[in-house]
Formats: sequence, C-alpha cells, structure tokens
Amino acid sequence: MQPDLTEKILELIRRTATNLPADVEERLRASVEKEAPGSAARGALETVLKNIELARAESTPICQDTGTPIFYVHYPEGWITRKLKEQIRAALAEATQCSYMRPNAVDAVYDKNSGNNLGGEDFPSVHFDEVEGETLTIELMLKGGGCENVGAQYSLPDNRLGAGRDLAGVRKVVLDAVQRAQGQGCAPGILGVAIGGDRGSSYYGSKEVLFDKLGTRNADPKLAALEERLTSEANTLGIGPMGFGGSTTVIDTKIKGMHRLPASFFVSVSYMCWAYRRRKMTVNGETVAYD
Amino acid sequence: MKEITLPVSDETIRALVVGEPVLLSGIMITGRDAAHKWMIDTFIRKTRAPQGDDEQVYAELKKLLNGALIYHCGPVVSGLDTKQYKFVAAGPTTSIREEPYQAEVMKHFNLKGVIGKGGMGPKTLKGCQETPAVYFHAIGGAASYIAQSVKKVLGVYKLEFGVPEAMWVIEVKNFPVVVTMDSHGNSQHKAINDNSQTVLNDLLAQPY
Ligand code: SF4
Repeated sequence: MQPDLTEKILELIRRTATNLPADVEERLRASVEKEAPGSAARGALETVLKNIELARAESTPICQDTGTPIFYVHYPEGWITRKLKEQIRAALAEATQCSYMRPNAVDAVYDKNSGNNLGGEDFPSVHFDEVEGETLTIELMLKGGGCENVGAQYSLPDNRLGAGRDLAGVRKVVLDAVQRAQGQGCAPGILGVAIGGDRGSSYYGSKEVLFDKLGTRNADPKLAALEERLTSEANTLGIGPMGFGGSTTVIDTKIKGMHRLPASFFVSVSYMCWAYRRRKMTVNGETVAYD
Repeated sequence: MKEITLPVSDETIRALVVGEPVLLSGIMITGRDAAHKWMIDTFIRKTRAPQGDDEQVYAELKKLLNGALIYHCGPVVSGLDTKQYKFVAAGPTTSIREEPYQAEVMKHFNLKGVIGKGGMGPKTLKGCQETPAVYFHAIGGAASYIAQSVKKVLGVYKLEFGVPEAMWVIEVKNFPVVVTMDSHGNSQHKAINDNSQTVLNDLLAQPY
C-alpha cells in the first residue's frame, strides 16, 4: 500500500512559500554590501531581508504572489502517479485554506478564480518521471507571475539584435531579455536559460535548471563560462534591485543545452525573482525528509 | 525620512521628487486589473451598464479615493470565513498592466497617486503632472513585511472579483515606499531604462 502523503506535501508547500532557501538568502545578504549606503537599492535589499526573516518566523508567505505551483515528482517503480497527483492537489487546497498560498488559479476564459488553487488538469503543474532506486522525491517551485511575465523566447537568428545561431547569439538575446525586464520581475533575478527544444520543451527546460543550487555551474565548460559572463554583464546594465538602479540586477544564470530541429533555434529565458522559492522532500520507506 | 498621512494635499504631492523615500500612513484602497477595468468600463468610459451594487460602491469609492491612493496589490487575506479579515501578505503587483487606465482613474477620483511596482508609462506620467499625483514604488515581494504595516482591514468591495482582485479598504502605518515618478514629469524608470539601453548597445557591439 502506498502511503498517503497529503500532510507531508502540505508541509513541503508551507516550507516553500514561507522559508526562502539558504543559498538564495546568502546571495541577497552579500549583495547588500555592493550597493551604496543610503541608496534606494540598498534600502530595497534590506527590506527584502527583513521580509524573509519575518516570513520564516511567522510562517507567512514570503511574497503574496505565491505563484504557479510547479511540482516535479521523481518516483520509484510501483508508485501510482494518479494517487500522488490527487494528494498533491488535496495538499494545495489545504495550503490555500491555511493562507500559505493565495488562491491563484483563474479560469482564463470565464475570468473566475477557483478559490483553492486548483484549475483543470493543468493547475497546479505536475510532472512525473520514474527513477531507479527506492527514493521518492518531490520538488516544488513557486514561480511568481510578475517575473514570469518578463520571461522571453527568441527564435534565432534575431535580426533586430544581430543574434545568430550560436552562443554569441544566445548571449545577445539573454542580455536583451534582462534589459527589457528592467525591475519588473522583482530584481535581483536569477536567469534560467534553455538553448534548443521546441517552444514548449524549451520553456520547461528553462525552468528545470532553476531547481539547481545557486553557483552550480553547467558541466560543459563553454556553457559554464557563458553563465558567469551573462551574470556579470547583466550587472553592468545599472538596473539594480527593483529597478532602482545599482549593481545587483542578476544573482546567477543557469543554462541548459537541448536538442533542436534543424529548422528551429529557440532560446528561452525564465526570469526568477529574488523570491526564489524552491524546496524538495524525499520519502524513503517511513522516513520523510525536507531540504 | 519624509512621512505622509492620507488624505494628502496637492502641495505635499508637488513637493515630492523622484528618488525620495517616504513612509505612508492612513487609509488606502487596493485595486488591480479587474478593479481598474470595472471602474473604467462602468463609470468613466461608460461602455458597460452598472449592475448589482455597482452604483452604491461607486458612491462610496468617490469619497474614499478623494485625495487618497490606490495600492496595486493582490493580498493574501485570512479570516475569509469569519469576515475577521487580516492581511497576511501584501506586497505590490506589477503596475504597468494598468497603464491604459491609470491616468483616467486618477483624474476621475482625484487620486493623489498609486503604489505599485515596476513603474508606469508616459500616459500615467502625464496624468501625474495634470492631477497632480505621484507614483510610489513599494518593495516587490516584501509581502510579510508590508502586511505588518497594514494595521486594519476596514472593509472590502467587489469580493466577487476574487481575493487578489477585490478592493480592500485598509489602514496603514509607516508603509515604506520610494517616489519613482513625480508630478513634474520625471520618471526614474525612464532614466534607468534609457541608460541600460545604452549599456546594452555597447555590450551587443562587443565580440564574443
Ligand atoms: S515577481 Fe516574485 S517577488 Fe515579485 S511580486 Fe511576483 S512573486 Fe513576488
């Protein structure tokens, strides 16, 4: 018999919505020192840090936009995914009831909020993949709407930017996406970039890379170098926290290389706001652990 | 830091300039996409006939908004069952979506400004000069922190729009914001956008 994980998933949601991961908080803390004393940019980061502490202490949402809940479930052989999905949905409705989550599922045709974060089959977004071994892992990311709106997909070549079908072209379009985003995605942001794929898989790829820890570099040295270069070049744009100006615009960049059709060359950029909420739980027999 | 109590006079608004941090206190109302569309369609451009309690809400809003502010915010609210409402998380939402409406709403209700994030465009900037009004930028995502400055929820209109889209009447104390668009035609957003475009052009011209 497969255990009922509803309560455990509720706890995963609570942690994700209210407790920002340590790697993100550390980066934000380090950024404060890079902004001029008394500047609006520094004030913004200081307020952000106070907010993070308060949300953790009071178990209230870090941001009122609790985003699109995106679940990735890696399950060992034998688990029934239909049941897991039901439990995820039940936990999400309960988390909404407890005010860890804002009701965020709006019927796009009839303009009606479902009130419990459940919409058809597509909301929340749940992805399953079967893995070897005995451990069930559920990853959750809450992807805010403001930053999602400034995400972008480019089809190369892009004549406006003079961007061709190579890494030089990728660099150009990603920098363009950051400049266009300005402070709208609650900068400082984290960039998830996918190179290749079709329009759909490319956008998914650009989000999947955001599950990795900050500072982990792509195993391919060419992409690792581009990740670092993009972060440092983005920070010369002078957009700064909240778009108030300053030197902290992007705190990290992550790239995923994918396959494409001969005819297509998509580059997808998912912009993640500073409220970079992602957590993980693992289930091993009776033991449930959270990261 | 400058402290402003609502409702606020035109003089106080005219004295504000971009870059200035301000602490706001007093009564304001949340309003975002559905609320702006509803106000415009029903009462300003009149493309839709008033329905249900529309007229009554409008009469009350006319009083509440005069000299006050609209906050672009879709809060997390507890106490929905008991109507003992409390703001749990209440950071700003992206303002630019209200660009088609904002200037008209400001003038119609004699709003002294809006609070949001990300700034707004030329139509609103012009509206700020004419009304006069300013754009206050709150700290995006600082939802728990800002919720603490919301001392009381005085009521709610248009709850049928959904919790995030409803118009919540709130009393705040020392709500921290920065003026990023003033009533003299200055927009910090425009300045930063233009400057970053110049830097981007240089970067694009560099070899890989
Ligand atoms: S972009 Fe992120 S921090 Fe900003 S309001 Fe949306 S979810 Fe919150």
